[in-house]
Amino acid sequence: MTMVETYPPMSPPEPVAGIDIGSRSIELVVLEGGQVTRQAALPTTFDPLAQCRRLLEDLPPARIVATGYGRKLLVENFQQHRVTAITEIQAYALGARYLNPQVRTVLDIGGQDTKAIALGEGGKVVKFEMNDRCAAGTGKFLEFMATALQMPLEDFGGFALQADRRIQINSMCTVFAESEATSLMARGEPAANIALGLHLAIVMRTLAMLRRVGAAAPLLFAGGVAHNPCIRALLEEHLGLPVIVPVRPDLVGALGAALHGQQRRLSKGGGDQSGLAA
Amino acid sequence: MPTPYDEMWEKLNLDLAAHEGLLQVLGKFYGDIYLSQSGRLKGMEYLDFVLSEVHGLRIRELQEAKARGRKVIGTFCVFVPEELVLAADAIQVGLCAGAEIGKEAAEKILPRNTCALIKSFVGFKMARLCPYLESCDLVVGETTCDGKKKAYEIFADYAPLHVMEIPQMKQPCDRDLWKAEILRFREEIERVTGAKLTAPRLQEAIRLVNARRQVLQRLNRLRAAVPAPISGRDVLLINQISFYDDPGRFTARIGELCDELEERIKAGQGVAPANTPRLMLSGCPMAVPNWKLPFLVESSGAVIVGEESCIGARNTRDLVDESGETLEAMLDAIADRYLRIDCACFTPNPERLEHIVAMARDLRADGVIHYGLSFCQPYAIEAFKVEKALKDAGVPMLSIETDYSMEDVEQLKTRVEAFVEMLA
Repeated sequence: MTMVETYPPMSPPEPVAGIDIGSRSIELVVLEGGQVTRQAALPTTFDPLAQCRRLLEDLPPARIVATGYGRKLLVENFQQHRVTAITEIQAYALGARYLNPQVRTVLDIGGQDTKAIALGEGGKVVKFEMNDRCAAGTGKFLEFMATALQMPLEDFGGFALQADRRIQINSMCTVFAESEATSLMARGEPAANIALGLHLAIVMRTLAMLRRVGAAAPLLFAGGVAHNPCIRALLEEHLGLPVIVPVRPDLVGALGAALHGQQRRLSKGGGDQSGLAA
Repeated sequence: MPTPYDEMWEKLNLDLAAHEGLLQVLGKFYGDIYLSQSGRLKGMEYLDFVLSEVHGLRIRELQEAKARGRKVIGTFCVFVPEELVLAADAIQVGLCAGAEIGKEAAEKILPRNTCALIKSFVGFKMARLCPYLESCDLVVGETTCDGKKKAYEIFADYAPLHVMEIPQMKQPCDRDLWKAEILRFREEIERVTGAKLTAPRLQEAIRLVNARRQVLQRLNRLRAAVPAPISGRDVLLINQISFYDDPGRFTARIGELCDELEERIKAGQGVAPANTPRLMLSGCPMAVPNWKLPFLVESSGAVIVGEESCIGARNTRDLVDESGETLEAMLDAIADRYLRIDCACFTPNPERLEHIVAMARDLRADGVIHYGLSFCQPYAIEAFKVEKALKDAGVPMLSIETDYSMEDVEQLKTRVEAFVEMLA
């Protein structure tokens, strides 16, 4: 891991920007002296580069650490800044550990990826699991299913919590799950029960990944899907562990990227001053 | 664009237009993946040349040999005892199975969820794109997995085929079965070539193949040096070419390359800085031109120092005992050597775990990437045992399952880069 050299003692610390270019959204966190001085998010759209430019347009030339699937795009196109890239795995590990120094397991469910990360002593990544090319069981799945049930994505989790019985959805493939949901609707199953079944399907898949990395407490749940109360509740229930969700779970990757750029000084400062913790 | 080989390819009944497309893609791939490397060994020029003539000059050599009455035997697996083929004055070539080509044609006669390697060899045949396959007087299959076993039944309609039964365990009765299969293969080779195996000819063949194994063993030992003196991509290519180049010529050239490597190591030179994470690959074979994962790994800040694979150490680790004087003793020595192969098709297969741990230690690997082809159950399942054995030895492992397509490259990159970050 590269260590950033310390700055001359009396000069103000240089700002570091972390940017997480995901499939669904792009998040920005700017750190100055351990304080978050800016945080922002935009949808990725079909032109992620233009969205990055919008996020960074009035940022003075700075150290930028990019993460997420679009990280290389930034390295190649923002040469006026000093851009380096780290993977989401490392970014989420750093961000989560900073928000809660005791964290042993990080779960990130984003737009098209799910990652389960086990942290060892000192926050080092010791093992991780990630879904392969199929986006089953990720935010994309929830989005499709919310659409199928004609429900805004933000309300989908709350709606599922109103279910009166648990049904099992067996398909994890988005297309198959949708047809399974359709046949349940045709049998008169209330939409809330179907919604719960779909949430349960995601959680079951996620649990398998968590168990392969050896999920240990405390567990921090990050990524956009951590906003979903039903996924959170089902995870806690099945894991038998409390699940920590930060105030802005979607910003953990961007925070981690920014921290990577500031690593050396922060390891001395310690403690969360970012205001992003749970 | 016309080439000096068009007439030959036409005679071999290749689909000329599609074949030209294949060679163009291959050339571009090779340029991006191989020729872009800096600080390569001078000895790699030979391999660049052989690869650039993969469907040209080498095929011409085969045709000329055939015109003189020699037979060409094609194989897909390291279990086929090349010594018997060479002793009958035939030529053995490993067949094309590493490109996603003729996939649509293959999927007409095979289920979609079949491993990429099987689909590839069937696809090459159906699409008439492999001049090696079209040069073969006999293709030898083997029962290493259910996919291959059943695919050969279909493949037999399109090519002259002999299938060897590979035992699944290593008990004395399995050794008896394997010996019987070797004798049956001998009969088949004698039938196809019209030659009779003799002790002196077989002894010569045993020495020839052992010499090739030994030079590749030497190459692999040299890779323990820090910094790594040669890229993993280059060594994979060397191993791939070992399956179709003339064995004597190949051994001599790789010997020279090893001399150059020794000089480089003495001078403390490497292809990457000494602190570059060193990774070893383990698992399924990477048939030419499958360079996807090694390229990805070596573009992610790591260097590959070993291949625990059929196209790698599994094919070169064991030698045939050369002390036998009678034909019978030599055939026994061959049976023993081939039964030591630690393919995941065996149960149980503890030797493989020991070999992986020892290799990782000897090559000073910081981590292992286990590579499984999608739908390859033996390796996919054994990966769990490999991970445990490596964990006990303190070596982290990343398990990857993929195929020949490029659609998952970005996801793979994230995983490989994260693994490299973890080791750095």
